[in-house]
Amino acid sequence: METIPFSKNTDTAEMLEINFGPQHPSTHGVFRMAVQLEGEKICGLKPVFGYLHRNHEQIAENLPYAAVMPYTDRLDYVNALTNNFGYALAVEKLAGLEVPERAEYIRVIMAELARIVNHIAVIGFMLNDLGAFFTPLLYAFRERERILDIFEGVTGSRLMNNFFRFGGVKHDLTEADLAEIKKIIARFPAFLKEFEDLLTKNEILCMRCQNVGILSAGDAINAGITGPVLRASGVNYDIRKVDGYSIYNRFDFQVPLGKKGDVYDRYYVRILEIRQSLKILEQALAKIPQGEIMNKKALPYLKMPRNFKPPVGEAYGRIESPKGELGFYVVSDGTPQPWRYHVRAPSLINLTALEEMCLGQKVADAIVILGSIDIVLGETDR
Amino acid sequence: MTFGWGVFKGMMVTLKNFVTSYACKRDNGGIFTVQYPEEREKEFENFRNFPFLVYDGTPDKVRCVACGICERECPTKCIHIEMETDAAGKPARKPAVFDIDYGLCMNCGLCEEVCPFDSIFMDCAFEVAAAERLDGLVFHKKALLKSNEYFRKVRPALASAIDQKRKAAEEKKKAQAQPPEAPKPQ
Repeated sequence: METIPFSKNTDTAEMLEINFGPQHPSTHGVFRMAVQLEGEKICGLKPVFGYLHRNHEQIAENLPYAAVMPYTDRLDYVNALTNNFGYALAVEKLAGLEVPERAEYIRVIMAELARIVNHIAVIGFMLNDLGAFFTPLLYAFRERERILDIFEGVTGSRLMNNFFRFGGVKHDLTEADLAEIKKIIARFPAFLKEFEDLLTKNEILCMRCQNVGILSAGDAINAGITGPVLRASGVNYDIRKVDGYSIYNRFDFQVPLGKKGDVYDRYYVRILEIRQSLKILEQALAKIPQGEIMNKKALPYLKMPRNFKPPVGEAYGRIESPKGELGFYVVSDGTPQPWRYHVRAPSLINLTALEEMCLGQKVADAIVILGSIDIVLGETDR
Repeated sequence: MTFGWGVFKGMMVTLKNFVTSYACKRDNGGIFTVQYPEEREKEFENFRNFPFLVYDGTPDKVRCVACGICERECPTKCIHIEMETDAAGKPARKPAVFDIDYGLCMNCGLCEEVCPFDSIFMDCAFEVAAAERLDGLVFHKKALLKSNEYFRKVRPALASAIDQKRKAAEEKKKAQAQPPEAPKPQ
């Protein structure tokens, strides 16, 4: 078995080396933290990943562009729709395809629903790590299930949606679906209030989370952290605002920011982001126009995916996935397959700051800090 | 605020949920799980699981012509097709072998999307667990073939749209088969 090189001397009797994982309930998958302890204090931590490597990029380079779409579902399997979004965006940029108005609205609605699903699930799992065993998680999952019912009714699958197509989306949202989404949005604030009553001011949660795992804004920027973890450190950076990709620049929403960058801020930023997502959804549902859901130029490629040959060139499409900046880099050489395909996965890059956050903390806090980063190993290892 | 108030408030939330989950209807916070094997939720029209083949009328009238497009476009390569040949050795435009490895299939639905003959569709059946991987999960042509009536039952909207499309195409073909009357010589 390989040994992980530590910077510090481990020969002294006080030092203890512990492996969290790869099979450990707190690591959210097959992930290993090689922790070096002095008593209960962490003085060294190395994240070890790669146990779930599935050759995603190489597989994609041997498939037609359209056939990669279902594989992107398997990256971050908690919210497959946003992965679809990023990949579709990259390929549309490459091929110069326009997306009809209604399809853009459907995309935004589905992506924001996926963001809500991710955030409530991640808060639930983080509290599981804290020891609030399954009560908040199951309250969150109760609401998540209603949104997943929408996903299943519209896209055909609860998790592996495979919903986006180049130049549009696969299915239209019917009036009944829209009414159902409106119903969910209407009842969501009440759930959030209840969830916050349970958690936000809870003394045990505050004691365990406040001033734990602090990541300063400078460190976060230097490590390339994105997403709620970066915003909890107080950096105003949201790709929905910065790029305004798709039609996000038409919506009025704020970017919630944390102050300290501790675990509590990361929890609370996610709660606030859910509220902003609801705001976007309300605006999108009010304004969704009638019309096509697929670009006419892209229609023949649905039946003949191998005829889809983007011109020679490269493109990088990025979106604000619930975990951070999710980017797809695609290089075309004029053949039906991408010549090079790369995924910039937010989970992987956010993990690199784990040691920074954990140093000097107690060993029990390392698990909470990992939970607050929000990683999905399918995306980290690809 | 006094210390412990937050925990107390949280406890009230759990108490409230304990009561409402039994006292309320399923849309107002009540339990909405079902006792699965006895009770079942209605499946969604769009719900897709594993592919199956449609036949019209009798099982020998397969819509599939063994063109192999789904085999080629399947991202996981879980489909295997061989074309039937007649006595003279000529291809009969019918599948002799049509296997789908359900253990490999990832339910993406691309085969349904690319099929030009409206032959392969995604099924709703999900109770396909088997003890053996090869015998239980590799489905052969006989097990894959399902009637159009079954298709209409599991996915009514799509099936009726496909039926209309096929009917229209058939009528068009018939109209083209009858040559227009030759202009009379004058």
